[in-house]
Amino acid sequence: MSDSTAGAPGASALPGAASAGSSPPRAIVAGHGDFAAGLISAVHAITGRGAELIPVAIHDLCVQDIEHLLRDRMLNTGVRVIFTDLQAGSCTMAARRILRGMDDAVLVAGANLPTLLDFVFADGLTAPDAARHAAERGRNAITAHGAGT
Amino acid sequence: MTLLLYRIDDRLIHGQVVVGWGQPLDITFIVLVSDEVAESEWEQELYRMAVPPEMSVYFHTAADAVPALPRYRSATGRGILVTGDIATMRVLVDHGGVDTVNVGGIHSGVGRVQRLRYVFLSLAEEQALRDMAAHGAKVTAQDVPGARPVSLDDLIAGVEP
Repeated sequence: MSDSTAGAPGASALPGAASAGSSPPRAIVAGHGDFAAGLISAVHAITGRGAELIPVAIHDLCVQDIEHLLRDRMLNTGVRVIFTDLQAGSCTMAARRILRGMDDAVLVAGANLPTLLDFVFADGLTAPDAARHAAERGRNAITAHGAGT
Repeated sequence: MTLLLYRIDDRLIHGQVVVGWGQPLDITFIVLVSDEVAESEWEQELYRMAVPPEMSVYFHTAADAVPALPRYRSATGRGILVTGDIATMRVLVDHGGVDTVNVGGIHSGVGRVQRLRYVFLSLAEEQALRDMAAHGAKVTAQDVPGARPVSLDDLIAGVEP
């Protein structure tokens, strides 16, 4: 298995993320291509809190290896929240399998930048509650403008 | 229904299938052929949750897929058939009249050697692909619609397009 995690085991490999090292990881971000690293980079640029998110990339991994990779990251870090990119994506499928035996974990599929921004600022909530709140915020943050609207 | 793509992909239903191929082909259903998934209600529900509500998913073992294929080919609708391994697709080529095979994703595993970015094969799997071609199936590798199809000879030789 080739571990293609970008910056694992934490986000400290992201440019500038080490300076925000006081906050422990609170969630994993996983998805196609460089989705995770890109979104976390954006979160860090805006908030300086990219280190709260662990990027996972899945290039060239089979389903079983994706599941093992995500499960290892969760067990090694104690994180119980996973954000993924696509409802039908391999990361989402793997995360659903993991959640089957992990009652205290939360999966948010279809995450976007507003979702993650809301999550990292939800200091007063537990990570699972913050994830649910962030999912709602991310859903409502999508708008269309122009062409007669 | 019409089956527009017969794909080998060890991730089964995932982004490349539902969105990458599904949207440009205007897919309305997916036929997932896997003995393991066909025996697990929980796995089937997992895959149903992964597709848009307007898309149907049908599950079969390799054995019961063979007699079901004519029904999928003749009714209205547009579909993709997916198997998780080469051996299952070979059953459909040998006994189900499948004449085109898309190798979409076979990832690293014991005894496998990388041939393309998204295809790793053992010697036995390589031979099975050759056998399918000898049986009359056109076998190519192509992960997404925008990529150039790779011939079986180039796939086995590891020639990236």
